[in-house]
Amino acid sequence: MTISPLVKLGLRIATGVTLAFIYIPLAIIILYAFNTRRTLTWPIPGLTFKWFERALDNPGVRDALWMSLKAGLGATAVALLLGTLASIAVSRYRFFGRETVSFLVVLPIALPGIVTGMALNATFRTVLEPFGIGLGLFTIIVGHATFCIVVVYNNVIARLRRTSRSLEEASMDLGADTWQTFRYVTFPALRSALFAGALLAFALSFDEVIVTTFTAGADQTLPIWILANLSRPNQLPIVNVVAVLVILLSAIPVYFAQRLSRDTSGIAAPATAAAGARQ
Amino acid sequence: MQLSLLLAAPLGWLVLAYIGSLVVLFIAAFWRLDTFTAEIVHDYGFQNFRTLWESDVYRAITQRTVGIAAAVTVTDALLAFPIAFYMAKVAGPRARGLLVVAILMPLWSSYLVKVYAWRIILQEDGALNWSLGPLGLPGPGFGNVATWLVFSYLWLPFMILPLYAGLERIPNSMLEASGDLGGRTWMTFRRVIFPLALPALVAGSIFTFSLTLGDYITPQLVSSTQFIGNVVYANVGVANNLPFAAAFATVPVAIMIVYLLLARRAGAFESL
Repeated sequence: MTISPLVKLGLRIATGVTLAFIYIPLAIIILYAFNTRRTLTWPIPGLTFKWFERALDNPGVRDALWMSLKAGLGATAVALLLGTLASIAVSRYRFFGRETVSFLVVLPIALPGIVTGMALNATFRTVLEPFGIGLGLFTIIVGHATFCIVVVYNNVIARLRRTSRSLEEASMDLGADTWQTFRYVTFPALRSALFAGALLAFALSFDEVIVTTFTAGADQTLPIWILANLSRPNQLPIVNVVAVLVILLSAIPVYFAQRLSRDTSGIAAPATAAAGARQ
Repeated sequence: MQLSLLLAAPLGWLVLAYIGSLVVLFIAAFWRLDTFTAEIVHDYGFQNFRTLWESDVYRAITQRTVGIAAAVTVTDALLAFPIAFYMAKVAGPRARGLLVVAILMPLWSSYLVKVYAWRIILQEDGALNWSLGPLGLPGPGFGNVATWLVFSYLWLPFMILPLYAGLERIPNSMLEASGDLGGRTWMTFRRVIFPLALPALVAGSIFTFSLTLGDYITPQLVSSTQFIGNVVYANVGVANNLPFAAAFATVPVAIMIVYLLLARRAGAFESL
């Protein structure tokens, strides 16, 4: 079958329409951030920057942004460590239950977010509260790290599968110990995959809502702040600005991660695998 | 020895913090809430599951959740096919790369912001009613149609990407062979492309279906109807009835397990 010009034209139009469907709502929310009017009536009468200043001066927004950054960095650090360890174990060793490790890593995002959230919430309240650790930044980080591990794991393991073991063996034959081999051979090969994984883990943590509602207690991350302020008409102009901020801060890491990992399969696969964490 | 050092931390974390929590949650589904004292009583029984099964309300909520999840899955499959096929078989390498990025970015960008954007678009004096007004058409407003629309929007990239990967794997020679043997466009689609793309389609449907099943924020923001997730959330928070919430949460998990088993038989796991 050669694709006829008519079918090609149809496909091209369908592609354009689908892209418009995906991007128009995002464009509309960005326009609303510059809305001169307080209410959300469409079309907007004019454009202004004033809400950006108000948003950045808003103590609630600043606290939530700061909380989101701390949570994202904490979760990314934990996920980097645990995801890398697990991926090296699975790709470089044969052992009983090797398949189970991949399954375990994916599980926190494969299950509905509400199940993960509820389970962690119940455990935190029974195990941590007797020690005086309430829900807050620490429990947010634990929750986020749990579902961020898979992103690092998938990125690193894809890279490890493509880098030959013989380099590591050569290094050991030449007298390097395990740590030196890791430091001078394995790590440099993994560096960009680690960075891409870290960026994606941060993006994932930065706009997660559902697990966070169960683990945050009284603390607010940026998405939780949005959720709490949706019902306050007064705050909506600021909510619009925060929404744009969240789009930017999750899109920028993804863009760079995409460029870093070059071949799209390395990132598209974990992206689809990371589906569950969105919800 | 080295292996156990590598595995200790990640497995310890996942098994202790996560699997342990899940097991306790599952056990809690068999406890009950004493309605007088509002205390959770640890005697085991199927009372929560019996309530779920016998109540018309919970059955209607389950049916609505599964029905909309199925509708979203079909919608996304129909929307994703043309663009995925264009990316895989028509677009040049440069356009293809750009399109992959164009689909990936919204996949990763904030879930909540996207729902919020639709809430603004769908409201009474929002952009949708404004643009449909001159045509004399009413917008869907908030309700089941809105949930269906917003879910279809949210999960579309999750359908496009696996489908694109699946279509790209079909060798062009197969399409040429079909053409040489007299297969026209529709025939080639029905007899060659569709059967070969089916595992990828099922792989994508795992996401669209399961993500809809577990959600509670979208129904809350663009409708006043309840999904399984809304009932679960209300029971954990307001009613403080963890046993009942845990019991209802096993429903989407059980449905997904059955769905995954069926998907595996369709060969979808190789396409993930």
